[in-house]
Amino acid sequence: MLESLLFYVLSGLAVGASALVIGQRNAMYSVLLLIVSFAALAGLYIGLDAPFVAMAQMIIYAGAIMVLFLFVVMLLNAPQEDAAEWDRTHPLKRPGFARIGVVLAVLLVAELGWALAKVMSLGAPVGGRADGATISSVREMGRVLFTQYSFAFEATSVLILVAMVGAVVLARREGDA
Amino acid sequence: MNVQLLAQFIVIFAAFFLLVNMSAVLVLAERKVMGFMQQRYGPYLVGPHGMLQPFADILKLLMKEELRPKGADKWLFTLAPVLAVTTAFAAFATVPFGGETTLFGLLDAPLKLGAADVNVGVLVIFAITSMGVYGIVLAGWSSNSKYALFGGLRASAQMISYELSYATALAAIIMLAGSMSVREMVDSQTGYWFGVIPKWYIFIQPIGFIIYFIAGVAETNRAPFDFPEAEQELVAGFNTEYSSVRFALFPQAEYINMVTVAAVATDLFLGGWHGLLPFRTPLDGLIEYWNVGWLVFFAKIGGILFFYIWMRWTVPRYRYDQLMKFGWKWLLPASVINLLVTAAAVLYFNA
Repeated sequence: MLESLLFYVLSGLAVGASALVIGQRNAMYSVLLLIVSFAALAGLYIGLDAPFVAMAQMIIYAGAIMVLFLFVVMLLNAPQEDAAEWDRTHPLKRPGFARIGVVLAVLLVAELGWALAKVMSLGAPVGGRADGATISSVREMGRVLFTQYSFAFEATSVLILVAMVGAVVLARREGDA
Repeated sequence: MNVQLLAQFIVIFAAFFLLVNMSAVLVLAERKVMGFMQQRYGPYLVGPHGMLQPFADILKLLMKEELRPKGADKWLFTLAPVLAVTTAFAAFATVPFGGETTLFGLLDAPLKLGAADVNVGVLVIFAITSMGVYGIVLAGWSSNSKYALFGGLRASAQMISYELSYATALAAIIMLAGSMSVREMVDSQTGYWFGVIPKWYIFIQPIGFIIYFIAGVAETNRAPFDFPEAEQELVAGFNTEYSSVRFALFPQAEYINMVTVAAVATDLFLGGWHGLLPFRTPLDGLIEYWNVGWLVFFAKIGGILFFYIWMRWTVPRYRYDQLMKFGWKWLLPASVINLLVTAAAVLYFNA
């Protein structure tokens, strides 16, 4: 009873905050609402008996990444978007881009539907294991990550490293050693 | 059962009460220690030896006019100090401050001293502390003042730089203890080497402790790392535009965060409530007999907090680029090497 109530409250919060993120004209509020959404998501993970994932969500997404977002928003000190000006001049408002956007949106919805259909057909709760070990065990998670999924893990870390090196190369000014 | 629950509530309330008052006590302690170090008396007029000065301070802050700059963001300007102080309180939730006790035989079953015991406790502390930066950043941004904005920017840059070293130093301890529950980590430090030296992690991880402490000072924005409020450059930094109660919440959050850093350092490096001094004394037996480990715990916290204040009035403030360089080029590599060496040692000795 309490668990399902918590689930609905947190999911409502997550979905509502995410919707408001797009609806805001002030970038600062968008960032803050995104943090609220992430925090609600972390709460949902705790409900799924995965406290480690919840805390990782809080530390990495709500903590580190959103601070970077906030930092950039503050550094640019973006003024509130002017609706009329936006409509007239923004490059994303050109018809060609709009069409690509529509295609991507349809793709996203199709993907979401496919994923949900697949989850439905599983019949068992996601993350449950036959031998009764829950996902909450950090030890078990580390073992799986470095054996069964080691390729995906290493590939992801290389991807992040490439992005980081790229950022450094782009940020370096001419003449810097 | 109900008595047990009530006792747990009392413990939680005691922790809260302690934190609320700690900030007032620390302000007085800071001024007194500063006075002593500068060969003067410090506050002396209110009460005997100025001991009632916190009451005067609080009354003054409560009765000031509450101002809000015209161009300030109404919602975020109010939210920021609340956020800062809430996260400061919440971070203490998973910090245990004593072993199991029956409160001198009042309870049937032993009670764990500490608000909550979670099996990922260290991560909870870390996650909530990393939320604390939002209070400062939002205060800086919403004030609509360039000094405050710079303070907020500096705070966010500084905190994400030092959070990495902070977490890496903690990760080494997690590996040694083989657990993420703070209580289990404290209890893995019970006992003595050669019957004399307590099994504290500071003796295995001296570099880890130094890194943790430096990063902790930087996280709490204390001197010599108090750039978000560097007076000479930024008036008062992120809280320039704040007044009255809203202003008071920021120093309060800062002092509570200091207590949390000191408490976590005590729990993870200094053996928590096990052993008062870094060598075995007859006193330890007495403490175990009376089961008053929490007194030991608070004594250690007091020692670390005194060191905090001592450092503030001894070391001059860094320069901002030096701070960044130090964080990324020295502290982070040192903590990563420390982590790798610890991992290798753990793997070698108890694989």
